[in-house]
Amino acid sequence: MDNIAGTKSSLNWAVQISVILLVVIWLIPTVGLLVSSFRDRDAITNSGWWLSALPVEQNFAVKAEGEPVSKDGVNVIEGNVFGEGSGTVSKFGGRRAAPDAFKAGETAELTKGRTLTMQSNGDYVYTSPAEIKRAPSVYFAAAQPPEFSMVNYETIMGSANMDRAFINTLTVTIPATIIPILIAAFAAYALAWMDFPGRGLLIAVVVGLLVVPLQLALVPMLKLHNAMGVGQSFLGIWMAHTGFGLPLAIYLLRNYMVGLPRDIIESAKVDGATDFQVFTKIVLPLSFPALASFAIFQFLWTWNDLLVAKVFLPSNSESWVMTVKIADDLLGSRGGDWGILAAAAFISIAVPLIVFFTMQRYLVRGLLAGSVK
Amino acid sequence: MSPIIQGLLTIVIGVGGCVGYFYASNLLLDKVIFPVQSKNPGKNINRANMVRPWLFLFPAMFALTLYLIYPVVGSFYRSLFNRSGDEFIAFGNYVSLGQDPGFRTAFLNNFMWMLVVPAASTFFGLLVAQLTDRLKWGNIAKSLIFMPMAISFVGASLIWRFMYANNPDIGLLNAIRFAMGATEALDVLQVQFWNNFFLMVILIWIQTGFAMVILSGALRGIPEETIEAAIIDGANPFQIFFKIKVPQIMGTIVVVWTTITILVLKVFDIVYTMTGGNFGTEILPSYMMSYMFRDDGRATAVAFVIMIIVLPVMVWNIRQARAEMK
Repeated sequence: MDNIAGTKSSLNWAVQISVILLVVIWLIPTVGLLVSSFRDRDAITNSGWWLSALPVEQNFAVKAEGEPVSKDGVNVIEGNVFGEGSGTVSKFGGRRAAPDAFKAGETAELTKGRTLTMQSNGDYVYTSPAEIKRAPSVYFAAAQPPEFSMVNYETIMGSANMDRAFINTLTVTIPATIIPILIAAFAAYALAWMDFPGRGLLIAVVVGLLVVPLQLALVPMLKLHNAMGVGQSFLGIWMAHTGFGLPLAIYLLRNYMVGLPRDIIESAKVDGATDFQVFTKIVLPLSFPALASFAIFQFLWTWNDLLVAKVFLPSNSESWVMTVKIADDLLGSRGGDWGILAAAAFISIAVPLIVFFTMQRYLVRGLLAGSVK
Repeated sequence: MSPIIQGLLTIVIGVGGCVGYFYASNLLLDKVIFPVQSKNPGKNINRANMVRPWLFLFPAMFALTLYLIYPVVGSFYRSLFNRSGDEFIAFGNYVSLGQDPGFRTAFLNNFMWMLVVPAASTFFGLLVAQLTDRLKWGNIAKSLIFMPMAISFVGASLIWRFMYANNPDIGLLNAIRFAMGATEALDVLQVQFWNNFFLMVILIWIQTGFAMVILSGALRGIPEETIEAAIIDGANPFQIFFKIKVPQIMGTIVVVWTTITILVLKVFDIVYTMTGGNFGTEILPSYMMSYMFRDDGRATAVAFVIMIIVLPVMVWNIRQARAEMK
C-alpha cells in the first residue's frame, strides 16, 4: 500500500514530522531523569538538565596571592588564576560589581592608576603605583566543561540501603512470576481442550475476575494471612501476587491454547497419549510464546507494584522494596536531593526497561492476544 | 533465613509442588482409583476423564476463590462493621462516606480521571498507531512511545516531578514558562483543580503506548480491499481514516477504552507519590489507602464502592466473552 494514489508526499512529510515530535515529547521526561541522575546536586539546581551538555559560564573570584615585585616604579603581581589547574578565561574584571567587564587579553584600567591584564590561559599581571598591602581580588568568568559523574549512584547504593531494596524487589518478583505460570497453564489447558460440564461458566468467571479491583482483597486477605500465621512476609506477598496474577494468566494462556491446531492434539490422543502427556509434551512447549508474554507481564507488574508491597510486606526498612523505598522514604527524607532521587528512580526502572526492550515482541503479542479477541 | 534463600526455596517448593501435585494426582487417578487394567476398563477411563479436568483446575480455582472471590464477600462483610470490627453498623460506613467532603472530592476527581485518561490515551494511541502505520521507522517510534509501560507508576511520578519542579532550573515546565516571560516559578501541583490534570498527564503518558499497540494491531487487521475501494472512489486520507478505518476497529477502541477506565480505578501510586492526596487531588484508590490500617471498615467500604463502579464493565466483558465462544 506504499504507493497508492492519494498518499501525497507533502502529507507524508507532515506525518514524519508529527511522529518525530510525538516521540520527542514522549522521551523528554525519561531523558531528563537519566541526565539528572548523572549530575550532582549543585549542578541540578544551577542549570536545567537540557543545558547540561553545554559548557556553563561561571564567575569566579581569586586572591592575587603572588609576592609583589617592584618594577619601573610600580608594584607588580604576576600569577595564574587557575593555579596548578587549567581553563579558559573568557572575561575578567577588577571589581566584584563587574566581574566580567573586560575581554581576555585586554588591559583593565582600575581606580587609582592600577591596572589588570589577563590572558585567556589565566595568566594575569596586576600593577599598582602604591604599595600593595593586601592581596587584591581578581574576578573572571570561565567556561566550566559539562560534568557527569556516578556520585549519585554511589551514594544511593552505598549509604541509603537501596541495594537492600533492590534485592528485596528481586526476591519478591521472581517467585511471584514463576509460580502462577504453571498453575495457570494446567487450568488453561483444561479450559481449552478438555470437555466437562461447567466449562463455559468457569471461563466467564475468569473473564469477570480480570477486572475485580485489587483493593477488595487487601483487608480480608491480610487478615486471613495473619490468622494463618503468614502475616506480613515474603511468603504472603508471593501468595498474593500469585492469586492476583492468575486470571490474566489463565485468560491469556487459554486464548492461545485454543488456537493450537486440533489435529496435533487429537492424533496424539488417538495414539494413546493421556491428557497429562498431551499437556506436558505437546501443548506446553507449543505455548511458549504465550507463557513468555505472561511472564513478562507478571514480572513488570510485580516489579513495579507499590500497593501490594505496602500491604503484604512488613513496614520495616529491611523489607522495603524499591517502589516503597522511593515513595515512602526517599521522597520524604531526601525530597530536595534531586540527584539522589533521579539515581534511585533510574535504578528501579533499569531492569524493567531492559526486559521491555529485549522481550518486546512477546509483550506485544500478549497484549494483542489478551484484548483484541 | 535470608529472603533470597527463602525465595529460591519457594521457587523450588512451588514449582516442584505443582509438578508433583499434577503428576501424582494423575497417576493416582489412572492407576489406583480408576485403573485401566480392571473388569471394565472402558467405564473406568470415562470416569477418570470426568474427574481429570478438576484435577487440572483445582489449584487455580482454589487460589482464585481465595484471593479474588472470597475478598468480594469478605470486604463487603467487613465494611458493615465499625472501625475496630466488633460492632455491626450495617451501612454506617457508606453513610459516613456520603457525608465526608473528602470522599466526594475523591469521587468527583476519579470521575474526571475516568473521563479524561481513557479518552486522551486512546486518542493519542490511535493517532500514533495511524501515523506510524506506513513509516519505515514506525516500529522504532512505537517502541519508544510504548516504553513508559515498563516504568513503574512510582518511577513515572518521579520522572514527572522533575518536569513539574517548582524551579525553572529543574522543571522543564517552569523553564518554558520563564522563556515565555513568566517571572515567578509556579508549583503546578498546588494549583487547585488543574493539578488533577497534571497528574492525569502521567497516566496518559504511560497508557498511550498500551492503546497504541492494540489499536495498531487492529489497524493492521483491517481488510485492504475496503481501503482500496475507498481510494478508487476518491476518498481522501482523512475520510479513509474516519469513515473506513475507525468504524471497523470500533470494537477494539471500546476494549482499550474500558481497560484503561478500569485501570484508573486501581492506580493509587501516582497521587500517593506526587501530592499524597493533598491540594484536592485525592482519588478513590488513594482515598482508600489513607484509611488502610487505620479504619478497615471505611477502607473496605471504599473498595466496595470501586467494585460497584467496575461491575458494569465486568458484566459487559463476560457477555462479550460468552458471545465469542458461541
